[in-house]
Amino acid sequence: MIKEIGKYFMFLGNLFVNRESFKTYYKLVLEECMNMGIGTVFLVALVSTFIGAVTTVQTAYNMVSSFIPDYVISQVVREMVILELAPTIMAVIYAGKVGSSIASGLGTMRITEQIDALEVMGINSISYLVLPKIIASILMYPLLVITAGVCALFGGYLVGTLTGIISPNDFVYGLRSSYNEFTVIFALIKSVVFAFLVASISSYKGYNTQGGALEVGVSSTQAVTSSVIAVLVADYLLAQLLLAK
Amino acid sequence: MIKIQSITKSFGERVILNEISGSFEKGKPNLIIGASGTGKSVLLKCIVGLARPDYGQVFYDGRDFYGSDSEERVEIRREMGMLFQGGALFDSKNVEQNVMFPLDVLTTMPPDEKLDRVNFCLKRVGLENVNTKMPSEISGGMKKRVGIARAIVNTPNYLFCDEPNSGLDPQTSILIDELIQDLSEDLDITTIVVTHDMNSVMGIGEKIMFLYKGLKLWEGTNKDITHSGVKELDDFVFANKVMNSLRNK
Repeated sequence: MIKEIGKYFMFLGNLFVNRESFKTYYKLVLEECMNMGIGTVFLVALVSTFIGAVTTVQTAYNMVSSFIPDYVISQVVREMVILELAPTIMAVIYAGKVGSSIASGLGTMRITEQIDALEVMGINSISYLVLPKIIASILMYPLLVITAGVCALFGGYLVGTLTGIISPNDFVYGLRSSYNEFTVIFALIKSVVFAFLVASISSYKGYNTQGGALEVGVSSTQAVTSSVIAVLVADYLLAQLLLAK
Repeated sequence: MIKIQSITKSFGERVILNEISGSFEKGKPNLIIGASGTGKSVLLKCIVGLARPDYGQVFYDGRDFYGSDSEERVEIRREMGMLFQGGALFDSKNVEQNVMFPLDVLTTMPPDEKLDRVNFCLKRVGLENVNTKMPSEISGGMKKRVGIARAIVNTPNYLFCDEPNSGLDPQTSILIDELIQDLSEDLDITTIVVTHDMNSVMGIGEKIMFLYKGLKLWEGTNKDITHSGVKELDDFVFANKVMNSLRNK
């Protein structure tokens, strides 16, 4: 375990050795942004809309006291979505879609000697292949989290108002009352950290694939598992560091 | 010229290469031959720097590869071209983009010049009008030729070929062998070919190194390979029925 973590940090250290020109990375980052962002936005929007809807229904279900005003429902939904559901649950989905794709892509390149071909050309394959993925992930994932947050709140509004759980005015009032903007900043900080963890861990797993097609599948699974564990650990550490009083 | 000295490589307890020394000359194909599992590909990986030997040195025209710092090693590597066993073409790029790749990343050549160079190299390996094809749309022999075109596009001083004939029919194999020989002579580059194909050995083996269980047992040319007096080499050479029938004549 310690050895693996050490290897991971050495892998990260190699990202910045013998880099290619800025122009080369610029193109690659744009390509990766398209793959990671545009390719994932539909799934994120769909999942987050439903999560927002379900959270609203379940919060309302738990509000048994008539002394609690209705707008508290949307207040609770807002806090849950911004603090946890949008950045963290989406990170799990992101690891499943983007992380596994990164690991299987690099794993296939490894077993078909495409990475060796880059090395023989005198190109730092880690820097060339992995750095654009990490940069693109850090750029795109916060945008996906913002999208997820908006969609979740919209889903909650839609279900809450259409089913008569809460009136539109109460829902909007709840969203606006006692709003602390730091929760959004906190969510964005988390999203940057999670984006880095998912892209770098998945790249590490894929890059170090050894064997054949079967091992590519194993690397892909390991990438998702390790990324999710890292995201959950980082989630706790960030909450402890930035929110604990 | 490439010189290797005492290259030794082990994986765990298993010694794959044991004190291999020799030199590979310019302007002709230098073959490393031997049965499967004798360490040919590992030796090639040690020479190009894809696997670091436990012990030993590799000199590229006098420049100590493993004794150099990382920047000097990159410089030497940029003088290399390599054809991999499976072609190692980039799946996401078409033929033209694959061949152009070293020029895109490693040079500041204008786009028109790059395209001319790519078309020249593709023509040189006998491929035309395939620029827009993806690697999945071309045959194994074409992939190898595209691999060779990519290897020579940046005018390398050293060309390495790992099992260039594996999986190819005899006619295409001969074409690839002839292409490697012609390129070595025309471009006056140092070429190392790893193979266990006897047709290649007899066809282009102007300088041959025979490996057996991690040891270099023999060195010579295709003219004297049939009367080397080395039992292990004879077993390898005459394992082929055609070669055996020639011996019996």
